[in-house]
Amino acid sequence: MKIELTVDGAAVSDDVEPRMLLVQYLREKLGKTGTVIGCDTSNCGACTVHLDGTSVKSCNVLAVQAGGRTVTTIEGLADTVEGDLHPVQESFRECHGLQCGFCTPGMIMQAVDLLKENPNPSEEEVRLGMEGNLCRCTGYHNIVKSVLHAAGGGAA
Amino acid sequence: MTATQERPAAEIGKDRRRKEDQRLITGRTRWTDNITLPGMLHLAMVRSPFAHAAITSIDVEAAKAATNVVAVLTGRDFGDELGACINAWPITPDQKTPPHSPMPADRVAFAGEIVAVVVARSAAEARDAAELVDVEYDEQPAVLGIKNALEDSVLAHPDLGTNKSALWVFDSSEAGTGGDVEAAIQQARTDGIVIEREYRQQRLIPAFMEPRSVVVDPTGEQLTMWSATQIPHILRFALAATTGVPESKIRVIAPDVGGGFGGKLQTTPEEWIAWAVARRLSKPVKYTETRSESLVSAHHGRDQVQTLSLAADKDGKVTGLKVHLDADLGAYVSLVGGGIPVLGAFMFNAIYKFPSYRFECQTVLTNSTWTDAYRGAGRPEATYAVERLMDELAAEVGVDPLVIRERNWITHEEFPFTTVAGLEYDSGNYEAATARAKEVFGYDALRAEQGERRARGDRVQLGIGVSTFTEMCGLAPSRVLGSLDYGAGGWEHASVRLLATGKVEVVTGTSAHGQGHETAFSQIVADRLGVPFEDVEVLHGDTQVAHRGLDTYGSRSLVVGGEALVQAVDKVIDKARHLASHLLEASQDDLDYGGGRFTVRGTDQGIAIQELATATFTGHNYPEDMELSIDAEATYDPVNFNYPHGTHLCAMEVDTETGAVTMRKYTCCDDIGNIINPLIVAGQVHGGLVQGIAQALWEEAVHDDAGTLVTGSFVDYLLPTSADTISFDVLHTEEPSVCTTNTLGTKGVGEAGTIASTPAVVNAVVDAVRHLGVDDIQMPCTPERVWRAIHAHDGDAPTPESAMPHFEEDAPNQDPTAGQGAGQ
Amino acid sequence: MIPVKFDYLAPTSVEEALAALGEHGDEAKIMAGGQSLLPVLRMRLNAPEVVIDLGGIDSLRGIRDDGDAIVIGAMTTHHDVREHALVREHALLISKAVAEVADSQIRHRGTFGGALAHADPAGDLGAPALALGAQFVIAGPGGSRTVEADDFFVDLFETAIGEDEILTEVRIPKHTGWGAHYEKFVRVAHQWPIVAVAATVRGSIDEARVGLTNMGSTPLRARATEAALAGASATEDGVREASQLAAEGTNPPTDLNGASDYRKHLARVLTGRAVLKAAGA
Repeated sequence: MKIELTVDGAAVSDDVEPRMLLVQYLREKLGKTGTVIGCDTSNCGACTVHLDGTSVKSCNVLAVQAGGRTVTTIEGLADTVEGDLHPVQESFRECHGLQCGFCTPGMIMQAVDLLKENPNPSEEEVRLGMEGNLCRCTGYHNIVKSVLHAAGGGAA
Repeated sequence: MTATQERPAAEIGKDRRRKEDQRLITGRTRWTDNITLPGMLHLAMVRSPFAHAAITSIDVEAAKAATNVVAVLTGRDFGDELGACINAWPITPDQKTPPHSPMPADRVAFAGEIVAVVVARSAAEARDAAELVDVEYDEQPAVLGIKNALEDSVLAHPDLGTNKSALWVFDSSEAGTGGDVEAAIQQARTDGIVIEREYRQQRLIPAFMEPRSVVVDPTGEQLTMWSATQIPHILRFALAATTGVPESKIRVIAPDVGGGFGGKLQTTPEEWIAWAVARRLSKPVKYTETRSESLVSAHHGRDQVQTLSLAADKDGKVTGLKVHLDADLGAYVSLVGGGIPVLGAFMFNAIYKFPSYRFECQTVLTNSTWTDAYRGAGRPEATYAVERLMDELAAEVGVDPLVIRERNWITHEEFPFTTVAGLEYDSGNYEAATARAKEVFGYDALRAEQGERRARGDRVQLGIGVSTFTEMCGLAPSRVLGSLDYGAGGWEHASVRLLATGKVEVVTGTSAHGQGHETAFSQIVADRLGVPFEDVEVLHGDTQVAHRGLDTYGSRSLVVGGEALVQAVDKVIDKARHLASHLLEASQDDLDYGGGRFTVRGTDQGIAIQELATATFTGHNYPEDMELSIDAEATYDPVNFNYPHGTHLCAMEVDTETGAVTMRKYTCCDDIGNIINPLIVAGQVHGGLVQGIAQALWEEAVHDDAGTLVTGSFVDYLLPTSADTISFDVLHTEEPSVCTTNTLGTKGVGEAGTIASTPAVVNAVVDAVRHLGVDDIQMPCTPERVWRAIHAHDGDAPTPESAMPHFEEDAPNQDPTAGQGAGQ
Repeated sequence: MIPVKFDYLAPTSVEEALAALGEHGDEAKIMAGGQSLLPVLRMRLNAPEVVIDLGGIDSLRGIRDDGDAIVIGAMTTHHDVREHALVREHALLISKAVAEVADSQIRHRGTFGGALAHADPAGDLGAPALALGAQFVIAGPGGSRTVEADDFFVDLFETAIGEDEILTEVRIPKHTGWGAHYEKFVRVAHQWPIVAVAATVRGSIDEARVGLTNMGSTPLRARATEAALAGASATEDGVREASQLAAEGTNPPTDLNGASDYRKHLARVLTGRAVLKAAGA
């Protein structure tokens, strides 16, 4: 099937099998390997991207379903704001909110969405809002800190 | 040129933001699965659904005929070229070690074992064709669980004649490091206290976030393997040793690696199969596992039954500890295999002055996923056992758990101290760590609240758990490893190269996968060599760049690899001094080195290390007797382990109606010697804590009676989320007891949190309900287990049978034991 | 991680969708938000030849006031249901329960109708729908019919929706002013509920409705508890006593997260808590 969509600000067009998942399309067809696959049950959230501005797990969307829509990945996040990094990216670095970095793209994309909906979350709201993203390195301590730090810095 | 830049303030001890992060937070990453090569083929594995079966036949014709399939290969299609999965640590000379083919041709020994591989032009087509491979199995009886295995009535590998692989024993009276534990127990039975317990270390899954992936490129003169591994050097050695390819023809690269926790300390069937297929077809190949495949086939961790006897006098002064471990190896003896529980042998006496000690470890084979290292590897099990026992002893004596520890621990004046297990602890201050943890935790106030809740019979009870731990880390002195029959050394290698432009390249044999070596090592070099932090580039994880190394595990990278780096830097300075003396026309004895410059004492003359680097590039002017380079390398073999320690305090709330447990507060004070980067250290502790807490509360790998992994996805293998955890108080002693056997005074920290936290949590849960008659709850402390423990004596938690009056006789869920989760 | 090949159809009207379903029969699978279907396809636990995506049918989305009921279009996302003022005002229990469905990303894609039609006994929406007496509007080749909640859930993953039918909307009778609480018991946050209780009460307590999640092969009503609560006062002792009846007639599963008898115990405890919170006590 032919699809046309916008990914990280660029119009793209491809022929894809209907069974191809959005995450596979991003990685294999577009080379957007910043978005990664961590599980096969939609638990881990590592593949989180924005579809028309809200966070989704890109393993749980077919590429054909993204036709005509706008996708933002971790690779396109910084282009939408002034400077090199999105404030949430900056916060994750500042607060050591990552170690191996595999869950990080999904964490950051979800955190951006969370702060868009709730610009001043409490620690508990951050913890609940990030429950769809698994991390094995940080114990979440500094991830939560990063999101709160970004909120304090007016990231949303 | 950077020669005129000011040397930055001391880098060591600074909370530098990580150099690694820019790439990782922008998605500019190089995970193995991101690699695509021209003509690359994709692999899909066909795995056995049976835990134990003979392979009767494999029909690959339909799969071969499928679209874009290039080959379908089975164990029979390969001979010796497939190689073998090795065990590097036979713990006894007579260890029973079943042969381990990466893809057996005749018999499978666990559910998930690979029986065929499909090679196709795309991953999707490979997967489609894998479904068409028709394998006929003759199912054999499978043995699951340690206790079944010990009976030897059903055999995991019938040819071996037994499931028992090896028995490893240490006895302090035989070793001359202590007394006779049997005598101590006899004595205590007469006039003291004997605590006898059986603890279960459930099976865990490392569950690194990046599924394993391997790419092999057989084009070019060297064969290249990219792998999501912790151990590129060991992997290269093992490929050479088992597949007949000369080591010099093999290049292994660990690119960005997404976590390991011991789980990527392995040489895997998937790597060996990819290697063999690429060589056979002369085309690059890639295999990336799914999470489900990872959970069933990447090695598991822990899985021990601990039978323990602790003898003490009436006041709670311990007189002896006897430990018998039975450890489940799974279907094969893995790379480190039985060595994992043996690593715990030296740690059961922990921070205490036990006069007598005996340790036995029986390893057994079962028809389940193989087991190997998982964060802490042997030491969490030991720490759990002794810290749980010390709490039980305190309860028996009727004193606070901290008091019983104080009665038994090594005091800070007693270091260096040779333990009953034969190790020499060089330094430590358990009093200081405990005092600081206690204060910040608010120990006395929480104890008071606990008393109030008990008194008023609150629905939610509060418990306080203590864990005072030490560990041996920095694996390891090579001679010690030799004495334990480990197949390799424990040294580490580093080199330092000064580039023509004054930048510094550092090559380390360690292989980071999230630890932040690039940042921490840059700090060390910046300080030691006096160059800007930003000018240091740390290279690792590629055997063609870092030709010598022993990789990353066992909290060794900083304490062994960092020390190698220090020695290499010192050699650079020595060489540079010779050149500086020549260029400055001054005697070497008159030169001082500091801030990246040699200066001539008593003059304003000097030359920067960067200028010297440039001078070796041009080579226009250098001493006759000097080799034209100031680069240097060093191999460091540690003389001892190092012994970080700490006091961890945990408060847990237990809902006595449901059995649900909630963490209220967690405070730890770790003494890890000198700290290079406090930000990175805190991150290591946080992550370690949650992995240890997860063992206490949530995680367990369960096989059913047929040997199928029931917890085969993240739906059932329960990793905690941000919503299940809290923020921690992570502290360090103000005046750390530095490690005396390395230059930097550092101790390991990668595993500390995991080792310490598990018993702290379980002690807290048990403490919350001890007044209700509970003295143990099996891990993980599920709400159901907690609830049943609380109500075991009061009749409120009826046996499952009597609680099911509404059940039809033939209801499928009548088996009252099926949901207990013990699994084995 | 890679589904078996299928054909993909994206009808833009219910009629078109029904025609496609009629044509492909049991070779086809309806996809609503896909948040439960896609994992099943990725794991190859199901391999339909045709996937009919309802995502392009705008008429299935939205929430409207329809006199004595509010009507939730089957393709309305959990996120939109959760946020909607009409739902909060007239069916607070739905608002509370939908907030507990999976996680934020899943709630952005997953749909109200899709989750109910999937009929996972551990799903969070069945019990509140049952408790509120929801009516399920189902379109088929012969037109539309309405099924009462009591008749909708048939068995594990099985509802009254026929093979040639599609759930189009769910009517929730207004429970304006009723207090509500959804008490969910899990070991970790991203887990399906071990047991959950959906409770909504009028006054304190004139009338109570209690639904149970994962206490059998379908969502269940705790009718004995409801009867005992009617006219009772919302005191802890009174509510707890009535809640002792909550597990009557249930047949919960035994699995890694709890044996059947433990789940029954949980149902009793959690019912008490849910009702007390719903009553604002």
